[in-house]
Amino acid sequence: MSIEIKNVAKRFGGFVALDDVSVSIPSGQLTALLGPSGGGKSTLLRIIAGLERADSGRVEIEGLDATDLPPQKRNVGFVFQHYAAFKHLSVHRNVAFGLEIRKRPKAEIRSRVEELLALVHLEQFADRLPSQLSGGQRQRMALARALAVQPTVLLLDEPFGALDAKVRKELREWLRRLHDEVHVTTVFVTHDQEEALEVADEIVVINEGRVEQIGSPDDLYDQPANDFVMRFLGPVTQLGDRLVRPHDLQIHTGAPDPADVTGRITRITRIGFEIRAEITTSDQIVTVTLTRNEFLSLNVEAGSTVQVRVAPQIHAGSATGNRSEILRAT
Amino acid sequence: MLWFSLLVLIPLTAVIVTASGNGWVEFWRAVTNEQTAAAIQLTVGTAFLVTLVNIVMGTMIAWVLVRDERFFGKRALEVLIDIPFALPTIVAGLVLLSLYGPDSPLGVNIANTRVAVFLAFLFVTLPFVVRTVQPVLTELDREAEEAAASLGASRFTIFRRIILPSLTPAIAAGAALSFARGVSEYGSLVLLSGNLPMRTEVTSVRILSSIENDNLESAAAVAAVLLAISFVVIVAVDVIQRRVVRRG
Amino acid sequence: MAESTAPRVRTGRRPSTYLLRLIVTGYLVLLVAWPVFLVGRNAFADGTTDIQAILDDPDIVHALQLTVLVAIIAVVINTVFGVGISILLVRYTFPGRRLLNALLDVPLSVSPIVVGLALVLVYGGRTGWFGPTLQNAGIQIIFATPGIVLATVFVALPLVIREVVPVLEEVGDEQEQAARSLGANAIQTFRRITLPAIKWGVIYGVVLSLARSLGEFGAVKVVSGNVLGQTRTATLVVEEKYLNFDRGGAYATAFLLALVAVACIIVVSVIRPKDQR
Repeated sequence: MSIEIKNVAKRFGGFVALDDVSVSIPSGQLTALLGPSGGGKSTLLRIIAGLERADSGRVEIEGLDATDLPPQKRNVGFVFQHYAAFKHLSVHRNVAFGLEIRKRPKAEIRSRVEELLALVHLEQFADRLPSQLSGGQRQRMALARALAVQPTVLLLDEPFGALDAKVRKELREWLRRLHDEVHVTTVFVTHDQEEALEVADEIVVINEGRVEQIGSPDDLYDQPANDFVMRFLGPVTQLGDRLVRPHDLQIHTGAPDPADVTGRITRITRIGFEIRAEITTSDQIVTVTLTRNEFLSLNVEAGSTVQVRVAPQIHAGSATGNRSEILRAT
Repeated sequence: MLWFSLLVLIPLTAVIVTASGNGWVEFWRAVTNEQTAAAIQLTVGTAFLVTLVNIVMGTMIAWVLVRDERFFGKRALEVLIDIPFALPTIVAGLVLLSLYGPDSPLGVNIANTRVAVFLAFLFVTLPFVVRTVQPVLTELDREAEEAAASLGASRFTIFRRIILPSLTPAIAAGAALSFARGVSEYGSLVLLSGNLPMRTEVTSVRILSSIENDNLESAAAVAAVLLAISFVVIVAVDVIQRRVVRRG
Repeated sequence: MAESTAPRVRTGRRPSTYLLRLIVTGYLVLLVAWPVFLVGRNAFADGTTDIQAILDDPDIVHALQLTVLVAIIAVVINTVFGVGISILLVRYTFPGRRLLNALLDVPLSVSPIVVGLALVLVYGGRTGWFGPTLQNAGIQIIFATPGIVLATVFVALPLVIREVVPVLEEVGDEQEQAARSLGANAIQTFRRITLPAIKWGVIYGVVLSLARSLGEFGAVKVVSGNVLGQTRTATLVVEEKYLNFDRGGAYATAFLLALVAVACIIVVSVIRPKDQR
């Protein structure tokens, strides 16, 4: 295990940011800390980096007890949401900073920086100031700067949070490919479940200072430990007292089965190839998503009466068992 | 615009015109008159020294005000910084005299010495560097410092290589203003320095005595020198600020 | 995110923190706090007799009244023109704007004696450019109250502008355009939109100008003639009293002036944080 976090707690005044958190982060993988804003994930990342000090608990990095080490001695790379560029230094000097601190020979610094700038595709911008770069370029520079010192672990705090949607998507794919090349243990914080599902090898879901679940993206999506995780990772709807994903529901117009629920289509919304149907049953409104072809083959329209059921072999949470979770999440 | 012209432009032009009225030679003679030259030398030299002190102390004060956690008396320090700006200069002279003058409870008497000139300049220029550095320090990107720390930079290195370069323009602007203020100081010296010719007489006092002797031409000549200094300072500050804006 | 606004790197209580605090506090106490305190104490060295004495002296009372009158006139003039010039600088582009902007700082960095001299050269009764003409028309400026007002306005000129310009820039002109599009004319727009937005900037500027105006010494000394009971202002009284070995009277008058100055900056420091929210 590369990073071992044991019983870490942190408060800011009366606010509990982390409440007895223990996590093991495996070597060489890309791990996401996922959760809503204010849930404690950034605090955890900053504690790993030594930028924040835990009130209690221990942090080990590669078997070394780092709890009392200052950030300077931890050999971690940290990438901030707002880039934290050194504004008065050129891109080249930004990337070289950590190596200069370590007093490496000039020639080595030069070749290492050039190598990294090539890796992040900023070779032709080496002499520019950060203010002359776009947000995406600045973040790539920050990443090169963090990687330059060959950190034991790379930590990214909402690295794409300040970028617009299109650049965010590009950088996300690029980060995944980059990680496949350099294989440094990487932890990144995000509140965007799509980002976590797409990029991470492993996801740690954190909410209100506690770890809700740890697992691979598939585990989390298909076997959420509780309603919070289920709701946070994707769309949900309620059928009877079961919490299900709208695309795990089926509708048909045949004779009702004992497990089916009868309802009337009250609204049809089309989003590209996806059709979202709102079905009003005797006591609730259920959302079902279908592909366009599935929908056309049903031959229904608003006002039609249909049968709804959960597709076989689908996990569904019990809505009644966890009422408070639902109220909070909605 | 007309008002501004009547009040500022025309009078300042009058100074320049009067200064050059008797030709370059007369102007040069007025400025290089032994007593005048000594006054200019004292004024500029002391203002320069005071500015150096302000660069160090002003930055330190701004640092404590912005970065130190709250402590007893911090708000009071904030108010103290502004007192030299608001206090009438003649009162400032009296204020310094009460601690460092003949009746000093500290037992030092610097009245009528060059130290008095230095102290008076130090007092009236106190706010400038503090007040230009403070907002910049508040707005500084703390994450850049954290990034430097995680890259292995020590506290001292972070200050020297990350913080100081960002503060330099503000420090320079504050230093320029403080220099200009020092050079132009008059009121606080009246009671404090004794205005001894060749020893503690500053430029402004020199101009005033020319005015009182009805020698307006030589007064204007020396005044033109002061005007030139203050204009250079204003332009310098303007250039510094424009460069900062460009850096973004 | 809420998390990233949480307190930053542990603020170490290192020895250096305390050392820095000590140096800074010591410096400010020695340079400002202690001397200012001593003026207060000296003013009351004989109880309230010195204060009483100056308040009983008709010449000094006249000087105080003159000072307040001049300061109020100067502040009113500077506020009106200051707001006008600020709007001109921020909302309009015209040739020479940058030069005007630079010239506006001259009064802050030029010696008050030079200011006085400049005014004498133009408005002086005998030799000034406009002086003789004005004198023939029966208007005396130098060695009279108008000269004192002019000098005071000059030295305090930039204070309102320097407070209002940044506020105007920050507010932007969208609200004004919105008001115009809703049918407000220029005066209505100014009164109902612009003025409330820059209100605090104007107030700081006014307070600072007031402090500066009450305390102006050098420029006033040159243009006033310093005639007892006529054109002598409070700051001139301090000098005259001290030089005539009436230390008590000097300290008492200085104390009054210092009191107003300190009150002004306390007012500014109290209202300022509200605006920064």
